[in-house]
Amino acid sequence: MKTDVLIIGAGGAGLMAAIAAKEEGVDVLVLTKEYPTRSQTCMAQGGMNAALGNVAEDSVEDHIQNTLKSAHGEADEESIRFMCSEAINAVEYLDSIGVCFSRTGDGKIAQRRLGGASAPRACYAQDYTGLKILHTLYDRANALGIEFVNDTFLLEVLKDEDGNACGAKVLDIRSGELKTYIAKTVILATGGYSRIYDKYSTNSTASSGDGIAAALRAGAKLKDMEFVQFHPTGLKNSSILISESARGEGGYLLNSKGERFTDELAPRDQVSRAIDEQIKKGEDIFLDIRHLGESFIDEGLPQERKLAKLYENVDPVHDLIPIKPVAHYTMGGIAVDNRSQTNVERLYACGECANHNVHGANRLGGNSLLEIVVFGREAGRNAATKAKEVASLSVPAHTECFLEKEFSNTVDFYKYKEKIGNLLYNKVGIVRKKSELKDALEELEMIKSLLPQMGWSDTSAVYNTNKQEFLEFRNIVEVSEVVIQSALGRDESCGAHYMEAQS
Amino acid sequence: MKITVKRDSAFEIYELEDGAYTLLEALNKIKRELDNTLSFSSGCRSSVCGSCAMRVNEKEVLACSYKVQEGDLIEPLNNMPVIRDLVVDMDKSYEMNVKAKAWIKTINSEAVLDHEAEKINEVQSDCILCGSCYSSCPVYAVNGEFLGPFSLTRVWKYVSDKRENDAAEKIDTIQTNGIWDCTLCNNCTVVCPQNISSKADIEKLRVRSSMFGYSDPNFGSFGGGFDGGFGFDGSPSF
Ligand SMILES: Cc1cc2nc3c(=O)[nH]c(=O)nc-3n(C[C@H](O)[C@H](O)[C@H](O)COP(=O)(O)OP(=O)(O)OC[C@H]3O[C@@H](n4cnc5c(N)ncnc54)[C@H](O)[C@@H]3O)c2cc1C
Ligand code: SF4
Ligand code: SF4
Ligand code: FES
Repeated sequence: MKTDVLIIGAGGAGLMAAIAAKEEGVDVLVLTKEYPTRSQTCMAQGGMNAALGNVAEDSVEDHIQNTLKSAHGEADEESIRFMCSEAINAVEYLDSIGVCFSRTGDGKIAQRRLGGASAPRACYAQDYTGLKILHTLYDRANALGIEFVNDTFLLEVLKDEDGNACGAKVLDIRSGELKTYIAKTVILATGGYSRIYDKYSTNSTASSGDGIAAALRAGAKLKDMEFVQFHPTGLKNSSILISESARGEGGYLLNSKGERFTDELAPRDQVSRAIDEQIKKGEDIFLDIRHLGESFIDEGLPQERKLAKLYENVDPVHDLIPIKPVAHYTMGGIAVDNRSQTNVERLYACGECANHNVHGANRLGGNSLLEIVVFGREAGRNAATKAKEVASLSVPAHTECFLEKEFSNTVDFYKYKEKIGNLLYNKVGIVRKKSELKDALEELEMIKSLLPQMGWSDTSAVYNTNKQEFLEFRNIVEVSEVVIQSALGRDESCGAHYMEAQS
Repeated sequence: MKITVKRDSAFEIYELEDGAYTLLEALNKIKRELDNTLSFSSGCRSSVCGSCAMRVNEKEVLACSYKVQEGDLIEPLNNMPVIRDLVVDMDKSYEMNVKAKAWIKTINSEAVLDHEAEKINEVQSDCILCGSCYSSCPVYAVNGEFLGPFSLTRVWKYVSDKRENDAAEKIDTIQTNGIWDCTLCNNCTVVCPQNISSKADIEKLRVRSSMFGYSDPNFGSFGGGFDGGFGFDGSPSF
């Protein structure tokens, strides 16, 4: 199967890239392991930043300064300037294709304040910002006749003899067949890697870092992989996110004694550390919004009430909500230049799997939806322009196929998936120590060496999710290894990477 | 507690711990601990991605928001080919959005959306494309070409959007295998996890269609109608 631009991943970033590339007049094909509208982008609730100044004074410069500050010196000012300046166009574009943004009384796009912003800057669509952006982009892609191949799992990025990316090797989940797609340029838009923390993550089960691991195997560089953002208020049992707006609207954090112990509106990393400290002292931690009253909760936080009832069996109108901080967003990813190009020729990356140097050590709420739209479009345009320059499709060089190796399947990988999650949460989590990082790396290497003894027990070719989960597990192992190594490589505390002095 | 799952080969009974947990949690437990071969889809675990729609005791639910109960019978969605166990092939149903041309055709950049305009299609844009409505719809059982509930809801979302300058093409498109084929049985409304009523949207599209000069083909013999009066001759343009 052949095309000009091959895009892997159909979340906000992949769809935006596909639309931009198609509008450049090249052939585009999008592969995704789910259906496009099921990508994790649908889960974003809070909003998307753009300094429109619709409800209070704001400026692009303030947006830039807030982003730079939050990045702790680890981002690139030029990239941030570009993203923040493009934000207004990006929101205008989304509005023009029919995204139902919430409105102010006089018909402007409404905005709210998220953590770390000097003004109400996040454009939102009720509680469903990501869902509505994702679905509208999908509808636009349909209008342009973009072709999707669903239920397709990226195994490897393929390169030709000269080292240029030239396609992908995939598993057709439905038939179990291995397939090769050939293209002039390839864009990875496969999302983040917070699911390496297994049950300690707010993310979709699909966020296992597949594209990042495949890029690494293809020789692409990764950057800042130690920067994992923990969200203070995941539900205790399920890790499902209770939005920051609950604290924004006046919710308290309490310990088992009923005491408040931190400033609830401090940045995410600070609040997470404060909670972590309490938990380590043996406290249970709760979010309390009871004082806001039933009518306010039903009007302003309906989704949070529903989630707490469903997944924690508590009604926040009358009960405390048990919470814990969990892995939420991964700032690290595939290193790209300001053309979204990786160090591998003709391989591009965008979205949460890429590192466009805009989040540094800490992402601001609302900047991720912005990033996927702005840089998704850049990646699409640049990959299309490049594809036009490439005269003909190349032949992929031989790559080893993981699936054809020997697996004895005597060790249960599901148990180890959970183990890795626990290991990372406890030793590569909110507060880190050099000795623990070393232990974690050692343990992970041990688990890695067990891979040949693992495998899948379901032998069916058709829709073998057992095999798919094993492939994801392999990526989880590889990405976790890089995360720990990167953490070990940075002695100083910086943003989300917090090192405790050894006593 | 015991639950029964309709597998490819047979109905399979699984024994689970008692407790208040979701069906998705139960399925994950089965997958990881009891039977690696069970196939189903999931994603967000929080009722917003639409991946885990299935039928419990003959009613469509999202597995991640349904509390599993003793004796439950779990089956895949109806009206779509089953790929394996609880996984169905939704390609064709998704394709209905393309057939129905559910998108903005030409934008009216002058249009001002206020609160009222925002509310017109707020609920419709909450659709998570879970396919529950499609599964519950009796018309699909006899007509696989029916555009159906979620795509007609989506058409209404765009037709009612003040920014759409040219709704005619969409209205034309939904005349065949579309709004007039619906029996207004309301099944889709009952099962929608997002409280969307496709039936109501279809009724609104019927009213809008008559403004464009179309009339219910089932009452074609009455003649009459609005022809001409709206500067539109009513003849489909495809
Ligand atoms: C609960 C929650 C709330 C959030 N709220 C906000 C918010 O309010 N504001 C904000 O700015 N950000 C928010 N975020 C972050 C933001 O949603 C994500 O960073 C962003 O959506 C990532 O988009 P993406 O397109 O890069 O990836 P995704 O949307 O994750 O899409 C990845 C795509 O890649 C595909 N894929 C993955 N692996 C493979 C493979 N092996 N083969 C083939 N395809 C593959 C998937 O199927 C999917 O289509 C939130 C995140 C979560 C989890
Ligand atoms: S209309 Fe409701 S039932 Fe139908 S796909 Fe959308 S969310 Fe699901
Ligand atoms: S009301 Fe119409 S669309 Fe909805 S289920 Fe009944 S026939 Fe189908
Ligand atoms: S897993 Fe997303 S809706 Fe159930």
